[in-house]
Amino acid sequence: METATNIDGLEVVYAKPKTLTDTPTHYCPGCGHGVVHKILMEVIEEMNIQEETIGVAPVGCAVFAYDYMNIDMQEAAHGRASAVATGVKRVLPDKYVFSYQGDGDLAAIGTGETIHTVNRGENILMLFINNGIYGMTGGQMAPTSILGMKTTTSPFGREVATMGNPLKITEMLAQLPGAYYVSRHSVHNTAAVRKLKKAISTSFKYQKEKKGTCFIEIVSNCPSGWKMTPVESNEWLEKNMFPIYPLGDIKVPKS
Amino acid sequence: MASGNGKSNTRLMKGNEALAEAALRAGMQAYFGYPITPQTEVMEYLSIQAPNYPGVVILQAESEIAAINMVHGASGVGARVMISSSSPGISLMQECLSYMASAQLPAVIVNVQRGGPGLGTIQPSQADYFQAVKGGGHGDYHLIVLAPSSVQEMVDFIFDAFRLTEKYRNPAMILADGALGQMMEKVTLPVAGSLPKTNAPWATIGKPNSRERNIITSLFIQPERMEKLNLVLQEKYNQLQKEVRWEEYQTEDAEIVLVAFGLTSRICDKTMNLAREKGLKVGLLRPITLYPFPTNALAKLAKHAKVFLTVEMNAGQMVEDVRLAINGKCPVHFYGRMGGMIPSPEEVLIKVESIAKEFQTAHA
Amino acid sequence: MIRGTIIVSIEICKACELCVTACPQDCLELSAQLNSKGYRYAQLKNDSCTGCINCAIVCPDSAITVYRQKKEIKSATQKIS
Repeated sequence: METATNIDGLEVVYAKPKTLTDTPTHYCPGCGHGVVHKILMEVIEEMNIQEETIGVAPVGCAVFAYDYMNIDMQEAAHGRASAVATGVKRVLPDKYVFSYQGDGDLAAIGTGETIHTVNRGENILMLFINNGIYGMTGGQMAPTSILGMKTTTSPFGREVATMGNPLKITEMLAQLPGAYYVSRHSVHNTAAVRKLKKAISTSFKYQKEKKGTCFIEIVSNCPSGWKMTPVESNEWLEKNMFPIYPLGDIKVPKS
Repeated sequence: MASGNGKSNTRLMKGNEALAEAALRAGMQAYFGYPITPQTEVMEYLSIQAPNYPGVVILQAESEIAAINMVHGASGVGARVMISSSSPGISLMQECLSYMASAQLPAVIVNVQRGGPGLGTIQPSQADYFQAVKGGGHGDYHLIVLAPSSVQEMVDFIFDAFRLTEKYRNPAMILADGALGQMMEKVTLPVAGSLPKTNAPWATIGKPNSRERNIITSLFIQPERMEKLNLVLQEKYNQLQKEVRWEEYQTEDAEIVLVAFGLTSRICDKTMNLAREKGLKVGLLRPITLYPFPTNALAKLAKHAKVFLTVEMNAGQMVEDVRLAINGKCPVHFYGRMGGMIPSPEEVLIKVESIAKEFQTAHA
Repeated sequence: MIRGTIIVSIEICKACELCVTACPQDCLELSAQLNSKGYRYAQLKNDSCTGCINCAIVCPDSAITVYRQKKEIKSATQKIS
């Protein structure tokens, strides 16, 4: 692993975490997945829990997450990451376990597993990347696609009558007693990334204390699927996604 | 392990419960299930025994799909893990079984078969033979398949299945049926803790500095790597051939050889004796492992037997493998009942007698 | 003003420009040259970098390492929090 070293009179103040591999990601330019991967791995590096952490990757764009995250990982079938994570955590209750899923994976095909994992209060961290589209298969409508959103399978825009409303699954899950901490974040600017990092480290702290399911949604972009430049996609995200998926804590432990 | 210590090891037990007790004694560390008739007693028995086995995970999942994926997770961290269900539930697991075969994850899957297709019936059946031995899900893979024919074998094969699944890192199935699950017989239970656990250096239990990260995946996007994995699997299936098991009864002089597995083999055993009383030279070959299949044993019998009759509780599934083994050397007949119906020894005898008449005429 | 600088992994950069947007000093731009994948990689266009790390935080490809003039007391690598 390459390590950044200080150069004459200058010291390294920010470098890629060692918990990320040197493999270049397959993600499209500007994709939020890369930022979430990096922040998650930063937390694991700083908490010094690389040896105690097991991740579960989804089917979708993050299917290759295990190529980038330098930790033990399992690749789950589409939608089943939280069930696989349950199997891991039940056998190894003292390890840190997280699942990492997109909207199609977690909120469409895996809705049942998602709800029941949270309802059991499985003591894991569930990371949910919501970009309102199926990225890996080339931009189809997702359960979280917003109304009017044009995708390859809603070419005239998503409309309620035949396609239903965007699924606000995070709000649904917050209703369940098993959910201990539910929060919605983004990675579209530095302030948002800093908040996400805090939420992830808080979640691992709760997991150590065996508090129950921590669920973090990250409202993210898909420049390729949305057919925008990365900068445009982040602007579109703020303007169109945040009103439907407002950022902030949805459920926090009662103090 | 609490069980087995100071308790009588011979009991009268129901098949499903005996199997569950055997799993605990075999050192099962995790079980994930979902209720479905006629195997629900497995999870019920484990649930009531759970307090005696602290540390053993017993979890009722929200579906068979979730349950088998929990098995994936638990197996992936090196646990000795089991799941049980019946035909429709096993169908729901096929996707993950394909993933597990590809990712080379050990686990024992119990199918207490019921009649189908569809929601079918809750009566015993053998109609999942194809699904069990040919793969079941997508892609080129096989499960190791053991077919018990008694409550005792429901117990014994649990140990065999755990041993084989860990040795070969390939999911192993116990293909039982509703009758074996529900019937009560005397069983001798093995001593708990007698099955050593195979090391699992590949398990994803957290990456120490001393090794590279472990990854459990069935995704090999480059075709070269995908083919390589397939070649590894095929070589494993070649190696598996040496684990083939079968039993023969009175085949030495048999002109008519019955071929049957599981419950049907017991019916055919009775038929064989009835036929012998009538002077017919009938023998019986019972495959114990359905994958690997006792192809060579059948081919050997074909050298001196005149005719084969495969009896199954389905429309004729194993008979295809019997025909492949016999390879045209003798006629291979089939007799089956479907949809939860169990053939009686007498009705199989009628078929045997008609076959005997046929070849006696032909050879006259 | 604190003097800082960045080093961009040229072959890793995908020209998403998110760092350019994130830079409060307006000291980043995309190069005129292409990397081997055909991307115009990010580079400093002036010496006003303060080493604030904003560009690196939003970089999806972890392609930016940030340096800052040594302070007497600080030594450990600073991470965002």
